[in-house]
Amino acid sequence: MKQTAGQPAGRTAPPPAPAAPAGGDRVLWWRLASVALFCGAWEVAGQIPINYAFPPFSHTLAAFFAMVADGSMGRAYLSTLQPLLLGVAISALLGVGLGVVMGLRRDVEWLAAPVFIVLQAAPVAALIPLITFIYGIGLTAKVLAVCIMALPVVVLNSYKAVRNVNPSLVAMCRSFQGTRLQVVLKVVVPDASPVIFAGLRLGVAAGFIGVVLAELLITPTGIGDLITYHRAVADYAEMYATIASIILFSALTLGLLQRLEVAVFRPERKAAA
Amino acid sequence: MQALREEIPPSAAAGPAIVELRGVSKVYDGRVEALRAVDLAFPEGALTTLLGPSGCGKTTLLKIIAGLLEPSAGEVFVQGARVTGPGAERAFVFQDFALLPWATVLRNVAFGLELRGTARAAREETARHYIAQVGLSGFEDSYPHELSGGMRQRVGLARALAVDAHVLLMDEPFSAVDEQTRRKFQEDLLRLRELEKKTFIFVTHSIEEAVYVSDRIVLLSRRPGRVSQVVVPEIARDAAPDEIRRDPHYLDTVEEIWRGLRQYVE
Repeated sequence: MKQTAGQPAGRTAPPPAPAAPAGGDRVLWWRLASVALFCGAWEVAGQIPINYAFPPFSHTLAAFFAMVADGSMGRAYLSTLQPLLLGVAISALLGVGLGVVMGLRRDVEWLAAPVFIVLQAAPVAALIPLITFIYGIGLTAKVLAVCIMALPVVVLNSYKAVRNVNPSLVAMCRSFQGTRLQVVLKVVVPDASPVIFAGLRLGVAAGFIGVVLAELLITPTGIGDLITYHRAVADYAEMYATIASIILFSALTLGLLQRLEVAVFRPERKAAA
Repeated sequence: MQALREEIPPSAAAGPAIVELRGVSKVYDGRVEALRAVDLAFPEGALTTLLGPSGCGKTTLLKIIAGLLEPSAGEVFVQGARVTGPGAERAFVFQDFALLPWATVLRNVAFGLELRGTARAAREETARHYIAQVGLSGFEDSYPHELSGGMRQRVGLARALAVDAHVLLMDEPFSAVDEQTRRKFQEDLLRLRELEKKTFIFVTHSIEEAVYVSDRIVLLSRRPGRVSQVVVPEIARDAAPDEIRRDPHYLDTVEEIWRGLRQYVE
Protein backbone atom coordinates (compact mmCIF):
# COMPACT_ATOMS: atom_id res chain seq x y z
CA MET A 1 0.00 0.00 0.00
CA LYS A 2 2.81 2.35 0.78
CA GLN A 3 4.27 1.49 -2.58
CA THR A 4 1.16 2.26 -4.61
CA ALA A 5 0.75 5.51 -2.76
CA GLY A 6 4.36 6.53 -3.25
CA GLN A 7 4.52 5.98 -6.94
CA PRO A 8 1.79 8.17 -8.40
CA ALA A 9 2.45 10.83 -5.80
CA GLY A 10 6.10 10.82 -6.86
CA ARG A 11 5.03 12.04 -10.26
CA THR A 12 3.03 14.93 -8.91
CA ALA A 13 6.00 16.36 -7.20
CA PRO A 14 6.90 19.40 -9.26
CA PRO A 15 10.01 18.27 -11.12
CA PRO A 16 12.97 19.87 -9.36
CA ALA A 17 12.84 22.79 -11.70
CA PRO A 18 15.97 23.23 -13.78
CA ALA A 19 16.45 26.98 -13.92
CA ALA A 20 13.56 27.96 -16.15
CA PRO A 21 14.76 28.69 -19.67
CA ALA A 22 13.61 31.70 -21.65
CA GLY A 23 9.85 31.59 -22.20
CA GLY A 24 9.60 30.28 -18.64
CA ASP A 25 6.00 31.52 -18.37
CA ARG A 26 4.71 28.94 -20.78
CA VAL A 27 6.71 26.18 -19.14
CA LEU A 28 5.22 27.19 -15.81
CA TRP A 29 1.68 26.95 -17.19
CA TRP A 30 2.34 23.51 -18.61
CA ARG A 31 3.67 22.39 -15.27
CA LEU A 32 0.68 23.74 -13.39
CA ALA A 33 -1.61 22.06 -15.90
CA SER A 34 0.16 18.76 -15.38
CA VAL A 35 -0.18 19.07 -11.60
CA ALA A 36 -3.88 19.96 -11.97
CA LEU A 37 -4.42 16.99 -14.27
CA PHE A 38 -2.81 14.66 -11.78
CA CYS A 39 -4.83 15.97 -8.84
CA GLY A 40 -8.00 15.71 -10.93
CA ALA A 41 -7.26 12.08 -11.83
CA TRP A 42 -6.56 11.34 -8.20
CA GLU A 43 -9.87 12.91 -7.19
CA VAL A 44 -11.83 10.91 -9.75
CA ALA A 45 -10.05 7.66 -8.83
CA GLY A 46 -10.77 8.33 -5.15
CA GLN A 47 -14.43 9.14 -5.78
CA ILE A 48 -15.16 5.95 -7.76
CA PRO A 49 -13.44 4.60 -5.49
CA ILE A 50 -10.90 2.23 -7.00
CA ASN A 51 -10.17 0.90 -3.51
CA TYR A 52 -11.86 1.58 -0.20
CA ALA A 53 -8.44 2.50 1.21
CA PHE A 54 -7.78 5.07 -1.53
CA PRO A 55 -9.04 8.50 -0.49
CA PRO A 56 -9.83 11.21 -3.04
CA PHE A 57 -7.49 14.15 -3.41
CA SER A 58 -9.88 16.54 -1.65
CA HIS A 59 -10.05 14.37 1.48
CA THR A 60 -6.30 14.01 1.53
CA LEU A 61 -5.84 17.76 1.24
CA ALA A 62 -8.38 18.35 4.01
CA ALA A 63 -6.61 15.78 6.20
CA PHE A 64 -3.33 17.54 5.53
CA PHE A 65 -4.64 20.92 6.71
CA ALA A 66 -6.29 19.30 9.72
CA MET A 67 -2.99 17.71 10.70
CA VAL A 68 -1.15 20.99 10.23
CA ALA A 69 -3.81 22.70 12.35
CA ASP A 70 -3.70 20.21 15.22
CA GLY A 71 0.10 20.36 15.24
CA SER A 72 0.71 16.66 14.62
CA MET A 73 2.29 17.32 11.22
CA GLY A 74 4.61 20.01 12.60
CA ARG A 75 5.73 17.81 15.49
CA ALA A 76 6.34 14.88 13.15
CA TYR A 77 8.54 16.99 10.86
CA LEU A 78 10.48 18.43 13.77
CA SER A 79 11.31 14.94 14.91
CA THR A 80 12.09 13.58 11.43
CA LEU A 81 14.21 16.55 10.44
CA GLN A 82 16.62 15.92 13.27
CA PRO A 83 18.21 12.67 12.01
CA LEU A 84 17.68 13.81 8.41
CA LEU A 85 19.54 17.10 8.72
CA LEU A 86 22.30 15.60 10.84
CA GLY A 87 22.74 12.67 8.50
CA VAL A 88 22.65 14.78 5.34
CA ALA A 89 25.05 17.35 6.79
CA ILE A 90 27.51 14.66 7.83
CA SER A 91 27.21 12.89 4.46
CA ALA A 92 27.63 16.13 2.52
CA LEU A 93 30.69 17.36 4.39
CA LEU A 94 32.37 14.00 4.77
CA GLY A 95 31.27 12.77 1.35
CA VAL A 96 32.39 15.78 -0.68
CA GLY A 97 35.63 16.05 1.32
CA LEU A 98 36.48 12.40 0.95
CA GLY A 99 35.38 12.29 -2.69
CA VAL A 100 37.52 15.29 -3.61
CA VAL A 101 40.56 13.85 -1.86
CA MET A 102 39.97 10.50 -3.59
CA GLY A 103 39.86 12.30 -6.90
CA LEU A 104 43.11 14.10 -6.19
CA ARG A 105 45.13 11.27 -4.67
CA ARG A 106 45.56 7.77 -6.04
CA ASP A 107 46.47 6.21 -2.68
CA VAL A 108 43.26 7.45 -1.03
CA GLU A 109 41.32 6.32 -4.08
CA TRP A 110 42.65 2.77 -3.78
CA LEU A 111 41.94 2.75 -0.08
CA ALA A 112 38.40 4.10 -0.12
CA ALA A 113 36.84 3.58 -3.55
CA PRO A 114 36.08 -0.16 -3.24
CA VAL A 115 34.20 0.34 0.04
CA PHE A 116 31.86 2.90 -1.49
CA ILE A 117 31.41 1.06 -4.75
CA VAL A 118 30.29 -2.01 -2.80
CA LEU A 119 28.09 0.11 -0.53
CA GLN A 120 26.44 1.78 -3.49
CA ALA A 121 25.70 -1.56 -5.12
CA ALA A 122 24.45 -3.15 -1.90
CA PRO A 123 20.79 -2.96 -0.81
CA VAL A 124 21.78 -1.00 2.27
CA ALA A 125 18.28 -1.15 3.72
CA ALA A 126 19.27 -4.67 4.67
CA LEU A 127 21.89 -3.17 6.98
CA ILE A 128 19.34 -1.25 9.03
CA PRO A 129 18.48 -4.16 11.36
CA LEU A 130 22.21 -4.55 11.88
CA ILE A 131 22.51 -0.88 12.83
CA THR A 132 19.70 -1.30 15.34
CA PHE A 133 21.48 -4.30 16.76
CA ILE A 134 24.64 -2.27 17.37
CA TYR A 135 23.40 1.27 18.04
CA GLY A 136 19.98 0.66 19.47
CA ILE A 137 16.88 2.59 18.53
CA GLY A 138 17.96 6.14 19.27
CA LEU A 139 19.01 9.09 17.17
CA THR A 140 22.44 7.59 16.37
CA ALA A 141 20.93 4.62 14.59
CA LYS A 142 18.67 6.87 12.49
CA VAL A 143 21.47 9.26 11.59
CA LEU A 144 23.55 6.27 10.57
CA ALA A 145 20.72 4.96 8.42
CA VAL A 146 20.63 8.30 6.59
CA CYS A 147 24.42 8.28 6.20
CA ILE A 148 24.74 4.80 4.75
CA MET A 149 22.11 5.68 2.20
CA ALA A 150 23.49 9.10 1.29
CA LEU A 151 27.24 8.82 1.69
CA PRO A 152 28.21 6.43 -1.15
CA VAL A 153 26.50 8.42 -3.89
CA VAL A 154 27.93 11.71 -2.62
CA VAL A 155 31.45 10.28 -2.35
CA LEU A 156 31.43 8.56 -5.72
CA ASN A 157 30.02 11.56 -7.57
CA SER A 158 32.51 13.96 -6.02
CA TYR A 159 35.33 11.59 -6.81
CA LYS A 160 34.31 11.15 -10.43
CA ALA A 161 33.71 14.88 -10.78
CA VAL A 162 37.25 15.66 -9.68
CA ARG A 163 38.69 12.91 -11.86
CA ASN A 164 36.97 14.41 -14.90
CA VAL A 165 38.03 18.00 -14.39
CA ASN A 166 39.20 19.60 -17.64
CA PRO A 167 42.97 18.90 -17.65
CA SER A 168 43.55 21.93 -19.82
CA LEU A 169 42.22 24.23 -17.09
CA VAL A 170 44.51 22.60 -14.57
CA ALA A 171 47.48 23.06 -16.91
CA MET A 172 46.44 26.68 -17.40
CA CYS A 173 46.35 27.32 -13.67
CA ARG A 174 49.74 25.67 -13.24
CA SER A 175 51.23 27.61 -16.13
CA PHE A 176 50.31 30.84 -14.37
CA GLN A 177 52.09 29.50 -11.33
CA GLY A 178 49.01 28.58 -9.36
CA THR A 179 49.90 26.66 -6.21
CA ARG A 180 48.45 23.22 -5.60
CA LEU A 181 45.87 24.76 -3.26
CA GLN A 182 44.92 27.41 -5.82
CA VAL A 183 44.52 24.75 -8.50
CA VAL A 184 42.15 22.82 -6.24
CA LEU A 185 40.14 25.79 -4.96
CA LYS A 186 40.00 27.98 -8.06
CA VAL A 187 39.81 25.37 -10.81
CA VAL A 188 39.15 21.80 -9.67
CA VAL A 189 36.29 22.41 -7.24
CA PRO A 190 34.37 24.94 -9.37
CA ASP A 191 34.81 22.82 -12.49
CA ALA A 192 33.67 19.72 -10.63
CA SER A 193 30.81 21.47 -8.84
CA PRO A 194 27.97 20.54 -11.25
CA VAL A 195 28.66 16.83 -10.81
CA ILE A 196 29.36 17.22 -7.09
CA PHE A 197 26.00 18.95 -6.73
CA ALA A 198 24.27 16.27 -8.78
CA GLY A 199 25.73 13.81 -6.26
CA LEU A 200 24.52 15.94 -3.36
CA ARG A 201 21.01 16.04 -4.77
CA LEU A 202 21.01 12.26 -5.16
CA GLY A 203 22.49 12.03 -1.66
CA VAL A 204 19.73 14.18 -0.16
CA ALA A 205 17.12 12.08 -1.97
CA ALA A 206 18.75 8.93 -0.61
CA GLY A 207 18.84 10.57 2.83
CA PHE A 208 15.06 11.01 2.70
CA ILE A 209 14.71 7.32 1.88
CA GLY A 210 17.07 6.52 4.72
CA VAL A 211 15.19 8.52 7.33
CA VAL A 212 11.77 7.18 6.33
CA LEU A 213 13.11 3.62 6.30
CA ALA A 214 14.65 4.15 9.72
CA GLU A 215 11.41 5.54 11.09
CA LEU A 216 9.42 2.66 9.67
CA LEU A 217 11.90 -0.10 10.52
CA ILE A 218 13.67 0.98 13.71
CA THR A 219 11.14 2.79 15.89
CA PRO A 220 8.17 4.75 14.65
CA THR A 221 8.88 8.42 15.23
CA GLY A 222 8.03 11.53 13.25
CA ILE A 223 6.77 10.91 9.74
CA GLY A 224 7.23 7.16 10.05
CA ASP A 225 5.09 7.21 13.18
CA LEU A 226 2.33 9.20 11.45
CA ILE A 227 2.26 6.80 8.52
CA THR A 228 2.27 3.70 10.70
CA TYR A 229 -0.32 5.07 13.13
CA HIS A 230 -2.80 6.29 10.54
CA ARG A 231 -2.50 3.06 8.60
CA ALA A 232 -3.15 1.08 11.81
CA VAL A 233 -6.33 3.05 12.60
CA ALA A 234 -7.43 3.12 8.95
CA ASP A 235 -7.26 6.95 8.59
CA TYR A 236 -6.19 6.59 4.98
CA ALA A 237 -6.59 10.23 4.08
CA GLU A 238 -4.18 11.19 6.87
CA MET A 239 -1.76 8.50 5.81
CA TYR A 240 -1.77 9.66 2.21
CA ALA A 241 -1.41 13.28 3.30
CA THR A 242 1.70 12.38 5.28
CA ILE A 243 3.25 10.41 2.45
CA ALA A 244 2.49 13.09 -0.13
CA SER A 245 3.86 15.79 2.14
CA ILE A 246 7.22 14.08 2.61
CA ILE A 247 7.53 13.51 -1.14
CA LEU A 248 6.74 17.16 -1.86
CA PHE A 249 9.11 18.28 0.84
CA SER A 250 11.89 16.15 -0.62
CA ALA A 251 11.28 17.45 -4.15
CA LEU A 252 11.22 21.07 -2.98
CA THR A 253 14.46 20.59 -1.06
CA LEU A 254 16.15 19.19 -4.17
CA GLY A 255 14.87 22.08 -6.28
CA LEU A 256 16.22 24.59 -3.79
CA LEU A 257 19.56 22.85 -3.77
CA GLN A 258 19.81 23.28 -7.52
CA ARG A 259 19.01 27.00 -7.24
CA LEU A 260 21.71 27.31 -4.62
CA GLU A 261 24.25 25.65 -6.84
CA VAL A 262 23.59 27.95 -9.76
CA ALA A 263 23.66 31.00 -7.51
CA VAL A 264 26.89 30.11 -5.73
CA PHE A 265 29.07 28.30 -8.23
CA ARG A 266 27.78 28.89 -11.69
CA PRO A 267 26.99 32.55 -12.31
CA GLU A 268 27.26 32.01 -16.06
CA ARG A 269 24.23 29.67 -15.99
CA LYS A 270 22.21 32.33 -14.24
CA ALA A 271 23.19 34.85 -16.88
CA ALA A 272 22.23 32.38 -19.59
CA ALA A 273 18.85 31.53 -18.12
CA MET B 1 51.43 46.39 -38.72
CA GLN B 2 52.24 49.47 -40.75
CA ALA B 3 55.54 51.12 -41.32
CA LEU B 4 56.43 51.14 -37.64
CA ARG B 5 58.91 48.47 -38.38
CA GLU B 6 62.14 49.70 -39.88
CA GLU B 7 64.29 46.78 -39.06
CA ILE B 8 63.27 43.21 -39.24
CA PRO B 9 64.37 41.52 -36.03
CA PRO B 10 67.75 39.93 -36.43
CA SER B 11 67.63 36.62 -38.17
CA ALA B 12 68.70 33.19 -37.04
CA ALA B 13 71.74 33.24 -34.85
CA ALA B 14 71.79 36.97 -34.26
CA GLY B 15 70.39 38.45 -31.07
CA PRO B 16 70.98 36.99 -27.63
CA ALA B 17 69.02 33.85 -26.88
CA ILE B 18 66.32 34.22 -24.25
CA VAL B 19 65.30 30.55 -24.30
CA GLU B 20 67.78 27.75 -24.81
CA LEU B 21 67.23 24.03 -25.13
CA ARG B 22 70.11 21.65 -24.61
CA GLY B 23 69.71 18.04 -25.58
CA VAL B 24 66.02 17.94 -24.71
CA SER B 25 64.43 14.51 -25.12
CA LYS B 26 61.04 13.27 -24.11
CA VAL B 27 59.87 9.70 -23.86
CA TYR B 28 56.27 9.05 -22.80
CA ASP B 29 55.67 6.00 -20.59
CA GLY B 30 59.08 4.62 -21.52
CA ARG B 31 57.78 3.76 -24.98
CA VAL B 32 56.75 6.65 -27.19
CA GLU B 33 59.74 8.75 -28.08
CA ALA B 34 58.37 12.23 -28.78
CA LEU B 35 61.58 14.26 -28.92
CA ARG B 36 65.21 13.28 -29.37
CA ALA B 37 68.09 15.50 -28.31
CA VAL B 38 66.76 18.85 -29.42
CA ASP B 39 69.19 21.76 -29.26
CA LEU B 40 67.65 25.13 -29.98
CA ALA B 41 68.07 28.77 -29.12
CA PHE B 42 65.28 31.33 -29.36
CA PRO B 43 66.49 34.88 -29.93
CA GLU B 44 65.04 37.59 -27.75
CA GLY B 45 62.33 39.73 -29.31
CA ALA B 46 61.77 37.40 -32.26
CA LEU B 47 58.77 35.34 -33.19
CA THR B 48 59.95 31.78 -33.70
CA THR B 49 57.62 29.13 -35.02
CA LEU B 50 57.85 25.42 -34.38
CA LEU B 51 56.45 23.76 -37.46
CA GLY B 52 56.06 20.12 -38.30
CA PRO B 53 53.70 17.29 -39.13
CA SER B 54 51.19 16.28 -36.49
CA GLY B 55 52.69 14.10 -33.83
CA CYS B 56 56.18 15.53 -34.26
CA GLY B 57 56.33 16.67 -30.67
CA LYS B 58 56.03 20.41 -31.24
CA THR B 59 53.41 20.86 -28.55
CA THR B 60 55.43 18.62 -26.24
CA LEU B 61 58.43 20.85 -26.84
CA LEU B 62 56.40 23.96 -26.06
CA LYS B 63 55.03 22.44 -22.86
CA ILE B 64 58.54 21.52 -21.79
CA ILE B 65 59.62 25.14 -22.30
CA ALA B 66 56.54 26.20 -20.32
CA GLY B 67 57.55 23.90 -17.49
CA LEU B 68 54.28 21.99 -17.75
CA LEU B 69 56.12 18.83 -18.78
CA GLU B 70 59.46 17.58 -17.61
CA PRO B 71 61.97 16.53 -20.24
CA SER B 72 63.23 12.95 -19.96
CA ALA B 73 66.71 14.27 -20.64
CA GLY B 74 68.31 17.61 -21.31
CA GLU B 75 67.77 21.08 -19.92
CA VAL B 76 65.88 24.25 -20.71
CA PHE B 77 67.18 27.67 -19.80
CA VAL B 78 65.13 30.84 -19.82
CA GLN B 79 67.09 34.05 -19.33
CA GLY B 80 69.99 31.91 -18.16
CA ALA B 81 68.03 30.17 -15.41
CA ARG B 82 67.26 26.48 -15.59
CA VAL B 83 63.55 25.69 -15.95
CA THR B 84 62.11 23.48 -13.23
CA GLY B 85 58.45 24.47 -13.62
CA PRO B 86 56.21 27.27 -14.82
CA GLY B 87 57.64 30.74 -14.25
CA ALA B 88 56.56 34.35 -14.22
CA GLU B 89 58.65 35.18 -17.28
CA ARG B 90 56.66 32.77 -19.46
CA ALA B 91 52.97 32.82 -20.32
CA PHE B 92 51.04 30.18 -22.23
CA VAL B 93 48.24 30.53 -24.77
CA PHE B 94 46.26 27.32 -25.08
CA GLN B 95 44.95 25.66 -28.19
CA ASP B 96 41.55 25.07 -26.56
CA PHE B 97 41.64 28.53 -24.90
CA ALA B 98 41.41 27.05 -21.38
CA LEU B 99 39.07 29.75 -20.11
CA LEU B 100 37.20 29.35 -16.85
CA PRO B 101 33.59 28.92 -18.01
CA TRP B 102 32.21 30.27 -14.72
CA ALA B 103 34.26 33.47 -14.83
CA THR B 104 33.65 36.65 -16.79
CA VAL B 105 36.07 37.84 -19.45
CA LEU B 106 37.42 40.32 -16.93
CA ARG B 107 38.16 37.69 -14.33
CA ASN B 108 39.59 35.31 -16.90
CA VAL B 109 42.01 37.92 -18.20
CA ALA B 110 42.96 38.88 -14.65
CA PHE B 111 43.29 35.26 -13.56
CA GLY B 112 47.09 35.08 -13.85
CA LEU B 113 47.36 38.16 -11.64
CA GLU B 114 44.72 36.81 -9.27
CA LEU B 115 46.87 33.73 -8.73
CA ARG B 116 49.81 35.98 -7.94
CA GLY B 117 47.81 37.80 -5.29
CA THR B 118 47.62 41.15 -7.08
CA ALA B 119 44.99 43.39 -5.48
CA ARG B 120 41.62 43.32 -7.19
CA ALA B 121 41.56 46.95 -8.37
CA ALA B 122 45.06 46.74 -9.81
CA ARG B 123 44.57 43.48 -11.62
CA GLU B 124 41.25 44.57 -13.08
CA GLU B 125 42.78 47.76 -14.37
CA THR B 126 45.52 45.78 -16.09
CA ALA B 127 42.97 43.32 -17.42
CA ARG B 128 40.83 46.12 -18.88
CA HIS B 129 43.87 47.52 -20.63
CA TYR B 130 44.64 44.22 -22.34
CA ILE B 131 41.00 43.49 -23.10
CA ALA B 132 41.00 46.75 -25.04
CA GLN B 133 44.33 45.84 -26.60
CA VAL B 134 42.92 42.65 -28.13
CA GLY B 135 39.76 44.47 -29.24
CA LEU B 136 37.27 43.07 -26.75
CA SER B 137 36.22 46.27 -24.98
CA GLY B 138 32.58 46.05 -23.95
CA PHE B 139 32.76 42.30 -23.35
CA GLU B 140 34.31 42.51 -19.87
CA ASP B 141 31.25 41.08 -18.17
CA SER B 142 30.47 38.41 -20.75
CA TYR B 143 31.02 34.76 -20.08
CA PRO B 144 33.14 32.62 -22.42
CA HIS B 145 30.14 30.66 -23.75
CA GLU B 146 28.70 33.92 -25.04
CA LEU B 147 31.74 34.57 -27.22
CA SER B 148 32.79 33.15 -30.58
CA GLY B 149 35.86 30.94 -30.87
CA GLY B 150 37.99 33.79 -32.13
CA MET B 151 36.91 36.06 -29.30
CA ARG B 152 37.64 33.36 -26.75
CA GLN B 153 41.17 33.05 -28.02
CA ARG B 154 41.55 36.82 -27.74
CA VAL B 155 40.67 36.40 -24.08
CA GLY B 156 43.34 33.71 -23.81
CA LEU B 157 45.83 36.03 -25.45
CA ALA B 158 44.89 38.97 -23.20
CA ARG B 159 45.32 36.75 -20.15
CA ALA B 160 48.82 35.81 -21.27
CA LEU B 161 49.70 39.45 -21.98
CA ALA B 162 48.32 40.65 -18.66
CA VAL B 163 50.96 38.88 -16.59
CA ASP B 164 53.64 40.79 -18.50
CA ALA B 165 55.81 37.79 -19.25
CA HIS B 166 58.87 38.13 -21.49
CA VAL B 167 58.13 35.01 -23.46
CA LEU B 168 54.72 34.13 -24.87
CA LEU B 169 54.23 30.46 -25.68
CA MET B 170 51.40 29.87 -28.12
CA ASP B 171 50.18 26.36 -28.79
CA GLU B 172 48.35 26.34 -32.14
CA PRO B 173 46.34 29.29 -30.90
CA PHE B 174 44.40 29.79 -34.11
CA SER B 175 43.71 26.19 -35.02
CA ALA B 176 40.29 26.14 -33.38
CA VAL B 177 38.98 29.23 -35.15
CA ASP B 178 37.69 29.62 -38.69
CA GLU B 179 39.89 30.68 -41.57
CA GLN B 180 38.70 34.30 -41.83
CA THR B 181 39.11 34.88 -38.12
CA ARG B 182 42.44 33.20 -38.34
CA ARG B 183 43.78 35.64 -40.94
CA LYS B 184 42.56 38.62 -38.96
CA PHE B 185 44.19 37.10 -35.94
CA GLN B 186 47.52 36.71 -37.68
CA GLU B 187 47.47 40.35 -38.65
CA ASP B 188 46.56 41.35 -35.11
CA LEU B 189 49.34 39.22 -33.78
CA LEU B 190 51.88 41.10 -35.90
CA ARG B 191 50.46 44.41 -34.66
CA LEU B 192 50.62 43.24 -31.05
CA ARG B 193 54.23 42.26 -31.52
CA GLU B 194 55.07 45.84 -32.40
CA LEU B 195 53.34 47.06 -29.31
CA GLU B 196 54.51 44.53 -26.78
CA LYS B 197 58.10 43.78 -27.80
CA LYS B 198 58.01 40.27 -26.45
CA THR B 199 59.53 37.02 -27.52
CA PHE B 200 57.01 34.69 -29.09
CA ILE B 201 57.30 30.95 -29.51
CA PHE B 202 54.54 29.78 -31.71
CA VAL B 203 53.43 26.27 -32.60
CA THR B 204 51.46 25.65 -35.75
CA HIS B 205 50.91 23.05 -38.41
CA SER B 206 50.06 25.65 -41.05
CA ILE B 207 52.97 26.49 -43.31
CA GLU B 208 51.34 29.69 -44.57
CA GLU B 209 50.66 30.88 -41.08
CA ALA B 210 54.24 30.14 -40.05
CA VAL B 211 55.72 32.04 -42.98
CA TYR B 212 53.32 34.93 -42.56
CA VAL B 213 53.96 35.64 -38.88
CA SER B 214 57.47 34.32 -38.16
CA ASP B 215 60.95 35.74 -38.01
CA ARG B 216 62.32 32.24 -37.76
CA ILE B 217 60.77 28.88 -38.51
CA VAL B 218 62.09 25.70 -36.93
CA LEU B 219 61.08 22.61 -38.88
CA LEU B 220 60.76 19.48 -36.81
CA SER B 221 61.00 16.00 -38.23
CA ARG B 222 58.45 13.28 -37.65
CA ARG B 223 58.55 11.40 -34.35
CA PRO B 224 60.91 11.28 -32.66
CA GLY B 225 61.01 15.04 -33.21
CA ARG B 226 64.35 16.57 -34.08
CA VAL B 227 65.27 19.90 -35.60
CA SER B 228 65.48 19.26 -39.29
CA GLN B 229 65.91 22.79 -40.62
CA VAL B 230 65.71 26.43 -39.59
CA VAL B 231 64.19 28.78 -42.15
CA VAL B 232 64.36 32.55 -41.96
CA PRO B 233 61.68 34.08 -44.16
CA GLU B 234 63.07 37.37 -45.43
CA ILE B 235 59.80 39.12 -45.91
CA ALA B 236 59.35 42.86 -45.89
CA ARG B 237 56.64 43.24 -43.29
CA ASP B 238 55.99 46.88 -43.90
CA ALA B 239 53.80 45.87 -46.82
CA ALA B 240 50.06 45.50 -46.49
CA PRO B 241 48.84 42.06 -45.43
CA ASP B 242 47.38 41.28 -48.84
CA GLU B 243 50.57 42.20 -50.58
CA ILE B 244 52.59 39.99 -48.31
CA ARG B 245 50.35 37.08 -49.06
CA ARG B 246 50.98 37.63 -52.78
CA ASP B 247 54.67 38.41 -52.43
CA PRO B 248 56.67 35.93 -54.54
CA HIS B 249 59.19 35.66 -51.75
CA TYR B 250 56.44 34.63 -49.33
CA LEU B 251 55.15 32.05 -51.78
CA ASP B 252 58.64 30.72 -52.47
CA THR B 253 59.29 30.28 -48.77
CA VAL B 254 56.03 28.40 -48.34
CA GLU B 255 57.04 26.15 -51.24
CA GLU B 256 60.52 25.61 -49.87
CA ILE B 257 59.17 24.57 -46.49
CA TRP B 258 56.65 22.26 -48.10
CA ARG B 259 59.47 20.55 -49.99
CA GLY B 260 61.32 20.13 -46.71
CA LEU B 261 58.34 18.67 -44.89
CA ARG B 262 56.99 16.57 -47.72
CA GLN B 263 59.26 13.62 -47.00
CA TYR B 264 57.72 13.26 -43.53
CA VAL B 265 54.21 13.21 -44.79
CA GLU B 266 54.55 10.56 -47.44
